[in-house]
Amino acid sequence: MENIHDFYTKMEEGNIMLSFKGEVTSDLLTSILQIMESKMDTLEEPPVVKKKVYNILVECLQNLYHHLESDDLTTPINEKSALFMIKKQNDEYSIMTGNYMVKDNVEPMKKRLDTINAMDSLQLKTYYKEVLNNGEMSSKGGGGLGMIDIARKSGKKLEYRFDNVDDKLTFFSLNVKVAQNKNKEEKVK
Amino acid sequence: MEILILEGTPKTPTIEFKPGEGYLLLRGRSIPENSIEFYKPLIEGLDAYNNNPQSKTTVDIQLEYFNTSSSKCVLDVLKKLEAINGNSEVIINWYYEEDDEDMLEAGEDYQAIINVPFKMIEVEE
Repeated sequence: MENIHDFYTKMEEGNIMLSFKGEVTSDLLTSILQIMESKMDTLEEPPVVKKKVYNILVECLQNLYHHLESDDLTTPINEKSALFMIKKQNDEYSIMTGNYMVKDNVEPMKKRLDTINAMDSLQLKTYYKEVLNNGEMSSKGGGGLGMIDIARKSGKKLEYRFDNVDDKLTFFSLNVKVAQNKNKEEKVK
Repeated sequence: MEILILEGTPKTPTIEFKPGEGYLLLRGRSIPENSIEFYKPLIEGLDAYNNNPQSKTTVDIQLEYFNTSSSKCVLDVLKKLEAINGNSEVIINWYYEEDDEDMLEAGEDYQAIINVPFKMIEVEE
């Protein structure tokens, strides 16, 4: 039998509040959001923190949902599955996602993330308004705002990496940290 | 013109659109995976309303959360209201909870795009 205690210890040491691996469905999103909301209520998080974490969760989960949905149907089921984790350490929340991605999408994604990471909060605000007002909306309503919004609300740089899987697939990992006790002055810097 | 009432759900807001009273309310959470489909009846209702609006149109937007896919739809709703503003006096009340800077900022973002004045109203949590 596999050592379940090892899994447990790893998650405990990693301060993982919640993790999920598998196919991301609409019902699953609803459940995860409800669980996280009640967990944050139990922890008596300030409303500002709760809202920020919740908002970023929604965007990250829906990114996964739309990504997996948009992938072509020939993709084997295990490649459609994603990983999702929420960590809380020293009052800082991290929202981590991992999913397979076809190689062709890596460069555009990397470019988008680097563009966003190069911006300060005021530039992000301007960029968000520009995409909101002029951007083409995808059939699902996305339209490229998700990552910009995640970066705005997180107040930190988006951490990411791509791990080579085989000649057509890459594994994309994203770590979004939620800055705490952020005030207006810090945001403008 | 038809009244549109949609009860709120964990992922979609309460919508009350009463053309006869010149009143629109959006309240709660707007985080559906497919926002376009959800907002379609309201967008169509506003188009119809613009043919024969009341002299005054009051809009209360009291959203707790909205996702980026809803943000485009909310902009579409506001653009319809901007068009109505020529034929009716449109008043947009944007509510945000005390300390919710993100929601206040979201209202300011829309205000920068839409040529109708917003009234920012802070409410207690």
